[in-house]
Amino acid sequence: MEEKKRVRDIVVPGEEIRVEGKPGRGVFVENGKMYSAYLGILDVRAGYVNVIPLSGCYIPKKGDKVIGKIVDLAPMNWVVDINAPYYAPLHVNDVPWRVEFGDTGRFLSIGDVILAKVSNVNELGQVWITMKEPGLRKLEGGHIIKIAPSKVPRVIGKGGSMIQMLKDYTNCRIYVGQNGMIWISGSPDGIITVIKAIRMIENEAHTYGLTDRIKEFLERGEE
Amino acid sequence: MGMKADIRLIDDNGLRIDGRLPNQLRPIRMEVGVVKRADGSAYVEWGGNKIMAAVYGPREAYPKHVQDPNRAIVRARYNMASFSVDERKRPGPDRRSIELSKVISEALTSVIFVEKFPRTAIDVYIEVLQADAGTRVAGITAASLALADAGIPMRDLIVGCAAGKVDGVVVLDLNKEEDNYGEADVPMAILPRTGEIALLQMDGDMTYEELTNAMEMAMEAAREIYRMEIEALKGRYGGDVNE
Repeated sequence: MEEKKRVRDIVVPGEEIRVEGKPGRGVFVENGKMYSAYLGILDVRAGYVNVIPLSGCYIPKKGDKVIGKIVDLAPMNWVVDINAPYYAPLHVNDVPWRVEFGDTGRFLSIGDVILAKVSNVNELGQVWITMKEPGLRKLEGGHIIKIAPSKVPRVIGKGGSMIQMLKDYTNCRIYVGQNGMIWISGSPDGIITVIKAIRMIENEAHTYGLTDRIKEFLERGEE
Repeated sequence: MGMKADIRLIDDNGLRIDGRLPNQLRPIRMEVGVVKRADGSAYVEWGGNKIMAAVYGPREAYPKHVQDPNRAIVRARYNMASFSVDERKRPGPDRRSIELSKVISEALTSVIFVEKFPRTAIDVYIEVLQADAGTRVAGITAASLALADAGIPMRDLIVGCAAGKVDGVVVLDLNKEEDNYGEADVPMAILPRTGEIALLQMDGDMTYEELTNAMEMAMEAAREIYRMEIEALKGRYGGDVNE
């Protein structure tokens, strides 16, 4: 952190955005002018002006793969914390096992962590999730860390480059949920390195040339 | 406002008891992201005021009957520490802090896009660690920074600023002596982008002209405080402040 890093344009709530383009996410229009709704990074993509928040909670979107923690059991469903403002119910019909009525605790109990998909969201903010899809399962062992959901794309990198690099250097298995929950499994040293790298990504998400710096960090750590 | 006292609050040169000009603010320092476990937080030092604000949420609102199916509810809690004033304040909510919590909640609701988070609550805790008049406006300023830090969508940052009347002169940002022995105090919360007013209270007596004058003075100062807010938020990420 010695040399000065180039930083992306940061905007604050209510700041006018004087950039050509159509209003996209994180932007609102008043009297024909665009303003930022968040403290975030200005991002112009495909003719749309977006503001990517620097922090904030996860807003579920249909089709997102998320990592959730079971917080409660009911005879016909589990209640899952997916780091959103609302808990998500997981119905017994949405899991890959045949569950008898009242027998939910035999399959998933409180504190278990699952990889699931958001199957539906309605305008009231209610969320339904499913595990009935290949690849979705209960995550056993490993470590869980949380980051700001808006920084998930930076952890994954362009075309998965960042996450692939982390996996290659540390031989860890990593799952990144769209909700900002990350599951890591591997050797203790590997896990520590991955957590350090992810915290570094989180703190420097708004700078340029991040992948190179993380690569440098991993190479140093391996010695 | 208070009682008449023998002390002179404005001297022959027109300077105030702490050496300020009538339209001069006290020194202000802001810091963002001071409470690690909160979703967003801020600390503001405003003259002798020391105020901490922390934001949690949006999260599901409980008890369930307070939920609004169309929007988030904003629950601000203004609280003064027992050691924040000269004579120990009895801890816990009293009539004054319940009222301030209510008006601050309403002022903050007006800037937050509450309709984006149905059925949720956004909790804002404002803790006054040291009080020196104008805590509600400093608290609103801190709350605004904490909300922005928590990544909550807002129409604008919100700026709190007070004006008042002391020894017959309209002055900006009263300190404790001026508040206690002056004639009037007008705390305001301003949205600097549009110049809208989210909170306006008055304690004491003023003529219409004096009130207009005081409000204009606060509006002017709001722009300066707004600049400091932007600086505090952008400075945290090493951004270009002048941009």
